[in-house]
This record gives sequence, structure tokens and C-alpha cells, in this order.
Amino acid sequence: MGETVAEKIFDAHRVDNPAGDIYVLDLDAVFCHEITTPVALNDLARRGKDRVFDPSKIKAVIDHVTPAKDSKTAMQGKILRDWARRHNIEHFFDIGRNGVCHALFPEHGFVRPGYTIIMGDSHTCTHGAFGAFAAGVGTTDLEVGILKGVCAFRYPRSMKIEVTGELAGGVYAKDLILSIIGRLGVNGATDRVIEFAGPAVEAMSMESRMTLCNMAVEAGATSGICYPDMTTVDYLWPFIRDEFDAPEAALANYRKFLPDTDAEYDDIVEIDAAGLAPQVTYGYRPDNVVPVSEMEDTPVDQVYVGSCTNGRLEDLRVAADVLSGHRISDSVRGIVSPATPEVYRRALDEGIIHTFMDAGFCVANPTCGACLGMSCGVIAEGEVCASTTNRNFYGRMGKGGTVHLMSPATAAATAIAGHITDSILYRK
Amino acid sequence: MQNFGGSVLFLDRSDINTDEIIPARYLTEISKEALQPHLLEELHLEGFDPASAIVEKQVIVTRSNFGCGSSREHAPWALEVNGIHMVIAESFARIFRQNIFNCGMLAIELPAETIDRIFDEFSEFDTLIYADLEKSVLSVQGGGREAEIAFAISEFDRSLVAAGGWVEYADSHY
Repeated sequence: MGETVAEKIFDAHRVDNPAGDIYVLDLDAVFCHEITTPVALNDLARRGKDRVFDPSKIKAVIDHVTPAKDSKTAMQGKILRDWARRHNIEHFFDIGRNGVCHALFPEHGFVRPGYTIIMGDSHTCTHGAFGAFAAGVGTTDLEVGILKGVCAFRYPRSMKIEVTGELAGGVYAKDLILSIIGRLGVNGATDRVIEFAGPAVEAMSMESRMTLCNMAVEAGATSGICYPDMTTVDYLWPFIRDEFDAPEAALANYRKFLPDTDAEYDDIVEIDAAGLAPQVTYGYRPDNVVPVSEMEDTPVDQVYVGSCTNGRLEDLRVAADVLSGHRISDSVRGIVSPATPEVYRRALDEGIIHTFMDAGFCVANPTCGACLGMSCGVIAEGEVCASTTNRNFYGRMGKGGTVHLMSPATAAATAIAGHITDSILYRK
Repeated sequence: MQNFGGSVLFLDRSDINTDEIIPARYLTEISKEALQPHLLEELHLEGFDPASAIVEKQVIVTRSNFGCGSSREHAPWALEVNGIHMVIAESFARIFRQNIFNCGMLAIELPAETIDRIFDEFSEFDTLIYADLEKSVLSVQGGGREAEIAFAISEFDRSLVAAGGWVEYADSHY
């Protein structure tokens, strides 16, 4: 019987099979940030086990609250920083070099097809865009990952989402994943890996694939996975050129992590991208999804462009295209946070930052605190935020506030109009 | 092995997420104890008052997909420091479920109709539920009624509970 991508990765990383369908996997990378890691580090110290399994496989960043906003967050940063120094963790990203983990780590070439990766962050599924098995875990799994380089998972069941056709103009990976979550429900892929396949996914950039995989967890999935192809290899080439003679050789190697043609899936869902309109969420669940046209005229107080979902250069370009030549509504506060210093620098070079500023946006530093109401864009009780982030839970961006999730294009158009609207009105 | 059980807090809703269990604004805490006053502070459930509802409860009974959303282990910790060591639900989000067992606590999944029955027969009353891990049976008492309900957890989850959590297990095995 053929195997899925996740099954191939599990077989290649199996350390133990302690019972039933439980596999203990050897980890290629353990990613850490300052919110979920410090408790693990304190616990290791308390146990007299302040060790790391392999400093070269651990990558750490301060990204949720940076610069620190108070003594508590300063201490979280300090615990991570002191630990990284103590254990010679070379890839530790502090202020000045830091950015949103799920944008920063791929940008530095830390993710490869076939890798196993954990992080104490539910959106770790983002890295499946490279054909990796990447899963969010809790602090205890992270702690064991740091100490032993292993993590236990149930042997994965997979579903395949085959996206045919082409996305229309003004419709993006974000709209596609929102519509998929709307269709599957928040529990629709629990304990399963989603393979995203088909021509519409093959046509996507790595940035778009990361957007797609980023929200797999909102349908309950363990990981979202795209198949490695030349787009993947081209993105990784600066980091792998010493390993392979040519990009084609790299692809030939990575193809071992493609699914077999007779792989078994729990479910295969076909979606036609061509018929898709821009999507937006309502209410407090990410599966409450409707076309933007059904939410037109919903007033918003703040528009946020950024996060591990949509804070990459491609996202900022799309938003700036819409904003160009316009001012945002007087009733709206606009905030953009380029996800990494590299995104910020290139957005400066391309004039994108000027466009945001000319439109009336505040340009924040690379950080992701706004998404979960921790810093840099928290909304007040009763306020509404149009956001390119990934969760609209009650009070997510601030106690008593409401979040509508949407693409960067729709967010930019909404900022200009002052209410939710389709970017078609402002398309050049 | 630890005994699991006690007075039940009924939460009659599916998809209760981790932001509702413990809001992100408390993730700046680096001790579990600091989470204690904030459990279920943001729960979106009509008439629910966390201050009075949580007092002296040791068990949660709820519907499907409990603990969806964030990976934060602060959610099970917030339960733990409030003395709640067992959650019974129709289903759990993957990470939350793993976190519960990794902490040496108990997440028990029961079929939807069994959960319905527990809600129908007991949720109006002060109810006690105890888990017998050796027999894999829950005993339920409330409103003058009693019930015994069989449950199943995997051998691996059982060994995590027995070891006191994943750190202890992994440290002795790998």
C-alpha cells in the first residue's frame, strides 16, 4: 500500500513505537519563542536537566512582545536570551534581527522537505509549505524536544485537498484557506494532516503556500503540507547550493517525500479555485466564513496587516497596491507590521513602506503581539478589527473586541472605505 | 497512580477554545500558580460566572473539540492549579489533549450519546465523577442517581498518567 507524505516522514524519523499508533519521532528542528519556552526552561532547570539535545537544531526568537512592554515580558525575553547564550544556540534572534517566527525561520532556510519540526506554537503547521511535518505542541512536548530531540505523535491520518483551476484576480491563498476552513469546520481535520495539492497550489509562491498551511490548525489539523517542487527548491537554493550540484538534483532528492499514487486518504476534497470570491470571517470562530460581499458595510475601528499568516513581502505588496493613491478612512487606525527585518528592508526598498505611510498607516516593527492581544495593536472593548491574522476568537485582539479575518487586499480596501469591502473597488 | 475525580463543572458547549480557558494576556506569567484566578475568564457561555462556577470543582464535562486553538499549555495548567485534573468530553483538540496527558492529567473521550446522557441526567444537580483507571470505569453520582460508564484510553496515555507526565516518561525511555 502506498504512503502519504506524513507517513513517509514518520517512517524516516521513527525512534520508537511505544504503543499502538504512537510514534516517537526524531526531530530535525525545535523552534522556540519567548512566550511558551521560558516555563519549559525553568522546569528543566528545576529538574537539574538544563541541557539541550543539539544546539544547532534549536532556533529561538523573541517575537510576541518585542520590544518588551513591561517587566514580565522583559523577563520572558531575558530567560530565553540567557539560555540561548548559555547553550551556544547560534540561531537566536533578538531585537534588531527578530521577526515573526513562522516568517523568520523559513527565510533563514531552517525548513527543508521531509523535516520533522515542533514548536510551542499552534501555527507551526506553516512550515508544511516546504513539504515538512511541522506541528504545534505544548510546553511539555517542547521541553522534551529541547532535552531529547524527540516528540510523540499518533501515526498520522491524512486528507487531501485538491484545488483545481486558477484563483481570480483579487483572490488569494488567504481567501482559499478561509473557504476551506468554512467548509471543513474547526474540528473537520482534527488529528489529521492536510495535503494541499492541485494546479492552484502548484501555481502558488512559497509565501502563499505558507499562508495556506498556516491556517490548517484552524480546522484542527496537525499539519498542512504542500508538495516540494521547483518553487520550493528555488526558494531554498541559497541555503542548499552546497549540498546539491543543481536545483534539479535537489528536487530529485526531495521527491522521496511526495505521496505514492496509491496512498490512502481519509478524505479527498476537490475545490475549484476559479469560482472563489474574497472571503471574510464573522463572529468568533474561524469557520464562520462568508464572501466579503455578505459583510459589506460592516464598520471597523482598526485594520491590521501582518502576522505569521500575512506579514510577508508578497502580502505587503498586495496591500500597498490597493492603498496606492488612497488615504485610509479617518475613522480607521491602520497598523502594518512587516513580519521580518528582511521583509521590512525590502518593503522600504520597493517603496511599499512609503505607500503605507502616505495612506496613513502606522508602520510597526516586526512582531506578532497584536494577533493575540498582547502588544502593538490591542483593541478596546466593543471595537472591531479587520485583520490579516488567523484567529477571530472572542476577545482575541483585546478583551471584548471583535476580529474579522481577511486577505491583505481586503484589509487594505477596508481601511480606505472604513468598512469591510472588496478590494475590486480599488484595483488598478 | 493518582486518583482522578470529584465535583463536576458542566460546560454545555462545543469548541471551547484555549483563549476562553486562559486568555493570551496572562501568557506573560512564568509560573503556573499565577494563572489560578483567570481560568475560564473569557468563556462565551450564557450565565456563566467563573468566580462562582469553578469553586471546589475537580472535573469538567463538556462537548466536542474542547481546547481548540492555541498550543498554550497554560490551558491545562490553569485547570491543574484550580484542582481540575480530569476533563471528559466528546472530543478534544489534538494539542490540548496531548498537553493534558503530558502533564499527567486525564482527558477522557466518550461517545456523543453518552455525553448527552450525562448532561441530561446529571447537569442539573451537584454531581460527582470518579475515574477508576484500573477498571476503566467512571462512576457518576448526582440527584439521587448513579451510573457507571466504561471508558477507554490508550496504553501510551495510561503510561503517561502512570509516569506522572511526558518528561518523566521520556527521560526514562530516551
